[in-house]
Formats: sequence, C-alpha cells, structure tokens
Amino acid sequence: METTAMGHAEVHDHGHGPTGLKRWLTTTNHKDIGSMYLWFSFAMFIVGGIMALLIRAELFEPGLQFLDPERYNQIVTLHGLIMVFGAIMPAFVGFANWMIPMQIGASDMAFGRLNNWSFWLLIPASLLLVTSLFVPGGAAGVGWTLYPPLSIQMGMGMDLAIFSVHILGISSILGSINIITTILNLRAPGMTMMKMPMFAWTWLITAFLIIAVMPVFAGAVTMLLTDRHFGTSFFSAAGGGDPVLFQHVFWFFGHPEVYIVILPGFGIISQVISAFSRKPLFGYASMVYATASIAVLSFFVWGHHMFTSGMPVTGQLFYMYATMLIAIPTGVKVFNWIATMWRGTLTFETPMLFALGFIFLFTMGGFSGLVLAMTAVDVQMHNTYYVVAHFHYTMVAGALFSAFAAVYYWLPKWTGHMYNEKLGKVHFWLTMAFFNMTFFVQHFLGLAGMPRRIPDYALQFADFNRISSIGAFGLGISQLLFLYIVVSCIKGGPKAAAKPWDGAEGLEWDVPSPAPYHTWEIQPQVK
Amino acid sequence: MSASVSSKNRTLLTRLALFSLLMFGFGYALVPLYKVFCNITGLNAVNLTAAPVNSQVDTGRLVDIEFDSNVHDLPWKFRPLQSHISVHPGEVAQAEFEVVNTRGEPMTGQAIPSYGPREAGEYFKKITCFCFNKQTLAAGESRHMPVVFVVDPALPRDIGTITLSYTFFEVEGNKRAEAKAIPTGS
Ligand code: HEM
Ligand SMILES: [Cu+2]
Repeated sequence: METTAMGHAEVHDHGHGPTGLKRWLTTTNHKDIGSMYLWFSFAMFIVGGIMALLIRAELFEPGLQFLDPERYNQIVTLHGLIMVFGAIMPAFVGFANWMIPMQIGASDMAFGRLNNWSFWLLIPASLLLVTSLFVPGGAAGVGWTLYPPLSIQMGMGMDLAIFSVHILGISSILGSINIITTILNLRAPGMTMMKMPMFAWTWLITAFLIIAVMPVFAGAVTMLLTDRHFGTSFFSAAGGGDPVLFQHVFWFFGHPEVYIVILPGFGIISQVISAFSRKPLFGYASMVYATASIAVLSFFVWGHHMFTSGMPVTGQLFYMYATMLIAIPTGVKVFNWIATMWRGTLTFETPMLFALGFIFLFTMGGFSGLVLAMTAVDVQMHNTYYVVAHFHYTMVAGALFSAFAAVYYWLPKWTGHMYNEKLGKVHFWLTMAFFNMTFFVQHFLGLAGMPRRIPDYALQFADFNRISSIGAFGLGISQLLFLYIVVSCIKGGPKAAAKPWDGAEGLEWDVPSPAPYHTWEIQPQVK
Repeated sequence: MSASVSSKNRTLLTRLALFSLLMFGFGYALVPLYKVFCNITGLNAVNLTAAPVNSQVDTGRLVDIEFDSNVHDLPWKFRPLQSHISVHPGEVAQAEFEVVNTRGEPMTGQAIPSYGPREAGEYFKKITCFCFNKQTLAAGESRHMPVVFVVDPALPRDIGTITLSYTFFEVEGNKRAEAKAIPTGS
C-alpha cells in the first residue's frame, strides 16, 4: 500500500513555461493556483486578525482608548468582510484547487485560464477594501451586513466596499463554475458520484449554493450603489423605497452564505475523522443527503436574522420552525462522525485534534443557534454579544478549525515533508484554549445585554471583556506558531511517504509526496 | 483533454454562467415579488390591523349612566333614546336624544345638563354635546342629537350610578318675539 502508483517521485517540473513572478501571474496549474489561494487567504487572515485585535484592544476596558467610534465601526465592518470573503472562502477554494483534481483522478481543473483569473481578481478586491480605510470619510462603517439607510448615506468608502464585493463575487462564481465542471465532467473512469470523497461532494453542493446566491448579493449591492448615486429608490425611504427589503435580499444570500462557509469544512472533517479512526465514514450516503438537504433548507430560513425588523407572527413561526428543522440534518452529520469513531482505532495527530475540536465546538455553535432560532428569545438576544459568540463558534471553531485540520492533513502531500507534530499539537491546544477564552465569555456578555458593534460599554461588562481581550491576543499570537510550522515544513523535515496516514483513503494518496507538478495525466481506473 | 470533454465543459460553463446571470436578475425580481407577496398574503399588515388601544380604560368596573330629559316652558317633546347604558370609566361612549317641535313655527332652545349625584359632574367629560349649541327646529321638525362623553377614571369608587339630566329652555330672544306675536296671532 505504501508504494505509489507513479513510482518515480522525480520532480516532474518540465523546464518549460515562464519562471519567477511571471510564472505565478500566468500559471494555469491547479496546484500553483491552490497555493496562491492558500497564501492569499493566510495573508487576509492576518490582516483581518490585526483588525480583530484592534477591536479587542479597544474593548479591553470601558471608555474610548484607541479608536473613535467611526473608526471602530469601520474596523468591525472590514474585519467581517475580510474574514468571510478574504480568508475563509478563498482558503476552501485553495483546498479545492489542490485536492479535488487529485481526489477524483483529473489532471487539472476544467478551465485553467479562468482559474487563474478567479484568483487574481481577489487582489484588486482586497486592495479596494483595505485602502478604503484611507479615503476621505474612511471605510464603510455599516457592519458586514451593509444595511441601509446608513449604507446609503456613507462616504466613498462604501462605494469601494461595493465594488470589492462585486469583484469578490465574480471571483467566487467563476471558481464555483470551474469546480462544478471539474467534478461533473472530469472524474476518472469508475469514479461514480457516490464514490467521491466527501470533500468533493460538499464542495459540489457549496459551488451550487455560491452560483445561486452570490449573484443575488451582487444585485443587492448594485441596488445600493444606484440608490446612492443614480437616483433609484430601492431601499431609500425618501423615494418610496423600503430599507427592510434590503435585509430580505441580503439574508436570502446571507444564510446560504454561512453554509457556503461551513459545508466544505464538513467534507474535510468527514475525511479526517475517518482517516484517524481507521474506519470508513459511517453513513456515507446519509452524509451526502444531509449536506444536500442543509443546502436546500438554507434558502428558507433567512427570516431568523430579521425577527426584530418587523414581521407578522405567521412569518416568525415559519422561520422559527424552518430554522430548527436544519438542526436535524446537521445532527445527522454529528451523529455520523461520532459513529465513525465508535470502535475505531483512534490516534490523535494534529488534524484529528482539530477535527475533534471542530465537532465539540461547532456543535456548541449549533446549539446557541437553536437558542437564537426561538423568536421569543431572539428578540432579547438579537444584536448582542450572544450572536457574536454564536457565529464565532460556527465560523472560527467550525470553518477555521476545519481549515487547520485540512492544512495539517494534506501538508505532507503538498511539501513532501512531515510537519513538526509536537508543535502542531501545541498549536491546537493553544488555539483551543484561547478560542474558548475569547468567545465563551461573550455568551455571558450577550445574555447580560451587551450590544454588539459598540466601542464602549457599561461598567458591569468590564470583567468578561477583559478575559475576552486577553484570550484574543493569545489566539492571535498562537497563529504565528502555525505560520512557523508551515514554513519549516515547506523548508524541510522528515520525508513524507506517499500515504503518511495509514488510515487515509482516496486517490490523492496514490501519487507521490510531494505531489508532482502534474498528476493523473493518465486517469486512474477506479474499481 | 480530449475535444469531446472540452466541448462538454464549454456547454456546462455556458449553462452555469447563464444560471448565475439569471440569479442576478432574480435579486432584482425580489423587489416586485416582495411587494406582490405581501399584498396577496397581507403579511406586511403588521401595524394596520390593530387599532390604537386606549390604555386609560378602567376595565375593572362599570358605571351606570341614566338619562333623563325635561322641557321648561317649551312646547317640545324631548326624550332619551335609551334609558341607561353601562360604561367603563375612561371609555368613550355615546347616547342619543330625540326632540320634536310640536308647534307650527320655528323655535330655538338650548339644553342645560345637570348631574346626580352632584359631585359626579366634574368627572363627567362631554366631548361633543347638542347642549353646546342653540338648537333651532322648524315647524314640526324632529331631530336625533348625540352626546359623546367619557367618565373620568378618577371617579370616586362609591359612585356606581350617574344620572344625566337635560332640560330644554327656550332661548330668551325668541321668547320675547313669540310673546309679541301671540296677541296679534290670536
Ligand atoms: C444549527 C445551525 C444554526 C442555527 C440554528 C443558526 C441560527 C442563527 C440565528 C437564529 C441567527 C440570528 C441571530 C440574531 O441576529 O439575532 C444566527 C446568526 C448568525 N449565524 Fe447562525 N445558525 C446556525 C449555524 C450557523 C453556521 C454553520 C454559521 C456559519 C458558519 C452561522 C453563522 C451565523 C452568523 C455569521 C450570524 C450573524 C449574522 C450577523 O448578524 O452578522 N450560523 N444564526
Ligand atoms: Cu442564518
């Protein structure tokens, strides 16, 4: 099993093609593009992280210390936009680029040049966001949800944010079209849909979600733009528009968006849990159906973000029950992960640790979501730190933890070296401890009534905020260790076998480590 | 990649791109759809259905209002159209009276209210009343006249019944004219 299908691990880099910067600008190779996505995502993770630390520094104690309220709101807005659209989504597109062709036995993505474009669009988009901090009036300070009427009144920073969203949207739509086409058309002979690894499955479903809702978001911000400059009145009440309509359109995109962020993570966790339990995934088919039903249901629950915006009781009841319904397929997944581990031969390498941390903490995020789904409770908690705690348990402990698991899991394949396992574990435990220190106390703050998106707060919230801020700095600094581990793994380390994890399954482990520049030019035959 | 796969890819690309464009349009279609949906289902009528609620009403007790009517030296028939009604203090209520001029010529009168018990008077707030104005009735005319009132919730608890009594007087100026007219007329 340890020997590889392509015996000679010879680096297969043909001398052709440009080198240096030109190589990266023009590359159509899925591995190059995957690496660029991942490095871009990490850079954005650092930028968004610095913003988070600014926020937590300001909230370390009551009163205004570092940021005036306008700046504070701008930082909060950019932090949200950058983390969701700049860090998490590109990270998963990076994994998809690297792994999906290898997993389904394809030589590359379906459209190489399009793939190159999808990546390079991210650069101007992120520059627009970051530089908007320095234009007159500063960046958009409306929150990542961009609600009017404020977003109609903001200065030109808002326009830059809108254009940035347009470009990010185009990038992710192109990326998704590429992924769908690759999966549907380029699978190796014998690789039927129901034999695909979970990561490919969850990405297929995610990609459909993206092409369904990203255009709607692009439409919503375009309407904002024309309301601002071209005299339309979609949302501007002064001209007969309805600001609440924006909320409906935004969340029609926004709720599916949160599943766009988490579904590929579900796929990664499914594979990692199965590899380190040395058992096939329990309930593979039910996993596929659960993912698909989560995706379908996600179109019918957006109202749970709007319980306090004014909605008839019928609507509140509908959205409450529909939201709670999503917990069922999500529960099926958690059940399947646990059943996969049941009587497995478990070992706890870093990817497995992050996967277990994911299951534990993401489930908590799901539960706080259920609490918020109850209309009567949400009226009390909406726009408090309870919501902030909820979505960080799902997005950081969910999406980000699954991304860490993926990096550690596939790093040997990418670099040909084993990373430092001991440091990896330290990274996990630091992240785990500081994550909870930062965000668990925010549940209490929210329950006690501390509103989100404010730079100052009443004195009774001081203690928990202090704990949260200390945790945040710990969490941020711990990620430098991650950078160190990855860089030193690229530079050297014990040689990785083609299949470094004995329980791992999938075609990616049949190619040598590091994966040669071109893989599966002759498609494998899957039995 | 073989040519057939290439063209399959291209077809799929076109379809998916068209679908994205369609969804962009759908974002815009949500604007009219939203209005139509709300109008058909009436779902947005959150604030329209509930009329403003008067929080001043003391629903804990009922006060009986009895109506009484008299005429003083005036050939009119004057009676309440209901003998009594029960109201919560703070609640707006209305009562009606009927007056008929039995004479063959126009006459003018005005009604003067009085209350029993006497101290109820200051808690009895009339919003509109036929007694605010002179009433001129043509020969043989009959008329329905409202009084709209609120009993102040501060009404002492021991008052359970209020009698509202009106007396119609002929307005002075006309009486004199009539007095003059009588000798010539008969
Ligand atoms: C069982 C699953 C889930 C349920 C029942 C749920 C429920 C909710 C509810 C009711 C809210 C609105 C709270 C409010 O604003 O008052 C909310 C907010 C939010 N949820 Fe979830 N959620 C779930 C899973 C997720 C996942 C998987 C993610 C992302 C990976 C996520 C991300 C968010 C975000 C970002 C917000 C806040 C949006 C904002 O106002 O800025 N949720 N969730
Ligand atoms: Cu939602």
